[in-house]
Amino acid sequence: MTTAAEPLALPAAAPPAPRRQLFVATAIAAMAGTMLVGGMLAVWVLLRERYLDVGLAGEAIDRFPVGYIITEVATNVMLMTIWALCLFAQWAVYAGNRGDRAHTALALAVCGILAIAFINAQAFVWVDMGVPVAADYYGALFYAMTGTMTAIAIAGLVYSTVAAFRALGGRLRETEILSAHALYWYWAAAAYSAVWFVVYVTK
Amino acid sequence: MTTIDTRPDADAVSGDAVDDSTVVSFFTTAGAWVVTTDHKRIGRIFVGVGLLALAASAVLGLLLGLERADDGSALLDADALLQLFQAYRVGLVFGAIIPLTLGLAVAIVPLQVGARSIAFPRVALTGCYAWLGGLALTMAALGRNGGIGGGDANMVDLFLAGHGLMIVGLVAAAGCVATTVLTTRAPGMTMRRVPLFAWSSLVGAIGIVLALPVVFGVIVYLFVDHRLGLGANFGGGEGIADWIGWAFSVPAVAVYSLPALGVAAELVPVTFRQRQAMRGVAYAGLALVGVTALAATTQQFVHDVTIDTDATTFFEGVFPFLIFAGLPVLGVLVVMATGALTAKQGAANGRPRISAGFVFSFLGLGMVFVGLVANFLLGITDLELLGTSMEEGATVYVVYGSALGVMGGLAFWAPKLWGRVLPDAKAIPLALLGVLATILAALPLCVGAFFDLPGGIPANDAQVGAVLSLDGVDGGSIWIVLSLVGHALMVLTVLAFAGLMLAKFTGDGEAAEANPAGGQTIEWSTASPAPADNYEHVATVASAEPLFDLAQEGSPS
Repeated sequence: MTTAAEPLALPAAAPPAPRRQLFVATAIAAMAGTMLVGGMLAVWVLLRERYLDVGLAGEAIDRFPVGYIITEVATNVMLMTIWALCLFAQWAVYAGNRGDRAHTALALAVCGILAIAFINAQAFVWVDMGVPVAADYYGALFYAMTGTMTAIAIAGLVYSTVAAFRALGGRLRETEILSAHALYWYWAAAAYSAVWFVVYVTK
Repeated sequence: MTTIDTRPDADAVSGDAVDDSTVVSFFTTAGAWVVTTDHKRIGRIFVGVGLLALAASAVLGLLLGLERADDGSALLDADALLQLFQAYRVGLVFGAIIPLTLGLAVAIVPLQVGARSIAFPRVALTGCYAWLGGLALTMAALGRNGGIGGGDANMVDLFLAGHGLMIVGLVAAAGCVATTVLTTRAPGMTMRRVPLFAWSSLVGAIGIVLALPVVFGVIVYLFVDHRLGLGANFGGGEGIADWIGWAFSVPAVAVYSLPALGVAAELVPVTFRQRQAMRGVAYAGLALVGVTALAATTQQFVHDVTIDTDATTFFEGVFPFLIFAGLPVLGVLVVMATGALTAKQGAANGRPRISAGFVFSFLGLGMVFVGLVANFLLGITDLELLGTSMEEGATVYVVYGSALGVMGGLAFWAPKLWGRVLPDAKAIPLALLGVLATILAALPLCVGAFFDLPGGIPANDAQVGAVLSLDGVDGGSIWIVLSLVGHALMVLTVLAFAGLMLAKFTGDGEAAEANPAGGQTIEWSTASPAPADNYEHVATVASAEPLFDLAQEGSPS
C-alpha cells in the first residue's frame, strides 16, 4: 500500500475528558428499563381488564387475582426498603465527594444489605402467596412481572458491589460511579413503586 | 471516570500491521478481530453479517414468491412454510436492517464526533455477540419446527429466548452509540455542530432503546407463560404474532432506518460543495422520523382513521393518526426539502460531485419515503388495506431502502474504514440496480393490496394457506412474480456490492487520501484508514463543517 497524502490539519486540542459517560449510560439504561417495566405493566393492566370482563371460564368476575392473598406487609416493607436504599446511595455520593472512605464504604455496604433484604422479601412473598405458575392466568403474569423486578434488584446489587470495589480500590476521587449508582437505585425505586401500585395495590 | 480504552498495542494487533505471510498471522488477525475493542471493526462485524442476512432474506423472499406465484406449489416443503415466512421477516428486520444501520453507526459515529473510541467498547462488542448468538438461536429454532405457532414447544421457547438475546445485544450497542454522541464529542462540537449522520444515529439509537425493551418485556411474559405456565394466556404459540409481530413491520422498521436517512442528509452538502442549509430544520426532520419509536410501541401495527364517519369520530381518530403515521412522512419530506435547498444554494459552486455513496443513499432515502407513505395509507380504514400485502410492501420498501443507504455509507466512508476508495463507475450501476430491485420487490405488493392481494405474518398453517391463496385477486400472480424478480435483483445487488468491496479492499492497492470525497466533517481530517485510536491529535471544532471552512477560507471559522 502506498503512502496516503497528509491529512488536512485542524488545530489540535487537549484530549477532552469524557463527560460523565457512566452517568449518561446509566440514564439511558434507566430509560430502557422504564420502557421495559412500563410495557409489562401495560400488558398486566390489559390482561386484567380482559380477565375481569370474561373470566377464565367465560364468566365475568369482579376480583383479580382469584383466591390469592397479597402479602401486603412484606410488599410495603419492600417499598420502604428500596426508597431507603436510595438514601444510602445518595449518602455514598456525599461521602465520596468529600473523600470520606469510611462513610462511603458504610453507605455502599448498607445499600448492598438493603438490596439483599429486598430480594429476600420478594422470595418471601413468592413462598407466602404460593401462586402456582401453571394453575391459571395470574401465575404467569405474577412471576414474570415480579421476577423482572427481582432481576432489576439483583443488577442493582451487582452495581453496588462494583461501585464499592471501584470507589474503595483507590478511585475514591472518581465519584461518577457513585452518582451513577445512585441514579440507578432512584430509577429502580420508581419502577418498583409502579409495580407495587399495579400488582399489589390495585392488583 | 474514563471508560474509553487506550490500546498501547493497537498497532500490533492492527489488521494492516499484521504480517499476513504466515498461518500464524491469520490466527493472530482473526483473534484480534474476535476480541477487538476497535469500534470500526465491531461495526464492520455488524454490517458484514447484516449484509449476509439481507441476501439470505432476499433469497427466502424469492423462494416464497415462487411458492405464492404458483398458488402453493410443491417447490418448498409445506410443513416448513410457516417457519420460512417467519425466517424471512426475522432476517429482514433483526438480521438485516437493525444490524446494518446500527453497525454503520458504531463504525462511523465515534470518528464523526472526534472521539478516540466508542463509549464502552467492550459492551458494544458483547452486544454484537449477543445479537449474533440470538440470531443463530432464533434461526436454529425456526429450523427445528419452532417459531410462532411452531409444533415443537421447546423450539418455540428457544425462538423467544433468541429474540430476547438479540434485543439485549442491540439495545446495548445502541446505548453505546447514544452515549458516544452525548459524551465524547470533540472540543467545540456543540450539539448544534454534530454531523447529520451522528445526529440521525443518536435519534435512531434512542428509538431502539425506547422500542425494543417493550418487545423484551412481552417476550418475558410469553416465555414464562409458554415454558412454565398454562401456555394459553397469550394465545399460545400462535399468539406470539399478535404480541410481538409489530416489531417486524412498519412503522417500527422506520426507526431502525434512521441512520440510513442520515447518510443521505450527510452526503447532500458534500455532493453540492455547500454548507447544509437550515441545519436545525434538518435535525428536526430526522427527529420527526424518530416519532415512529413512539408509534411503534403505542399503536402497534396500525392506528387507523375512518374518513367516512361523523365529525367527532373523525377528529378523535385523525390527530393520533397524523402524529404517528404523518409525522414520520413529514420528517423525511423536511430532510428532502433542506437537502434540495442545499443543492440549490450549491448550484453556483460548479458541477456537483456525484458519488456512489450519494446515489445509493439518496435513492435509499426515496425508497424509505415511499414505504412511509404506504404505511400512512395502511392506516386509512376506508381503503381496506389491513390484512393485505400493503404492510409487507411498506416494510420491504423501508428495509431495502435502508440497506441501500447503508451501502452508500460504506462507499462514502470506505477510505476511513479500509483505506481505499470504492470506484464510482462500478458502484453507481449497483445503486441503480438496487433501487430497481427495491421498486420491483415492494411496489407490486403495495399495488396488489388494492386488488386484495393477501399478506401479513402467518401464525399457523391456515394463515399460510390464506397468504398463498390468490383466489379473487385481480391480476393473479403477476404482482408476486414482479416482487420475486425484485428480491432476486436485490440478492444480485448485495452479492455484487460485497464482491466489489472484497476485490477493492483486499490485497495491495493505492491508499486513499485523507479526504478524497471532499467531506466536510472532522473524520476526514484523520488519515485513511483511520488509525486504531482514530486521531493522533483530537481536533478543535469551530463550526459544523470544519473541513469545508478549511477548504474555503484556509482556516477554520
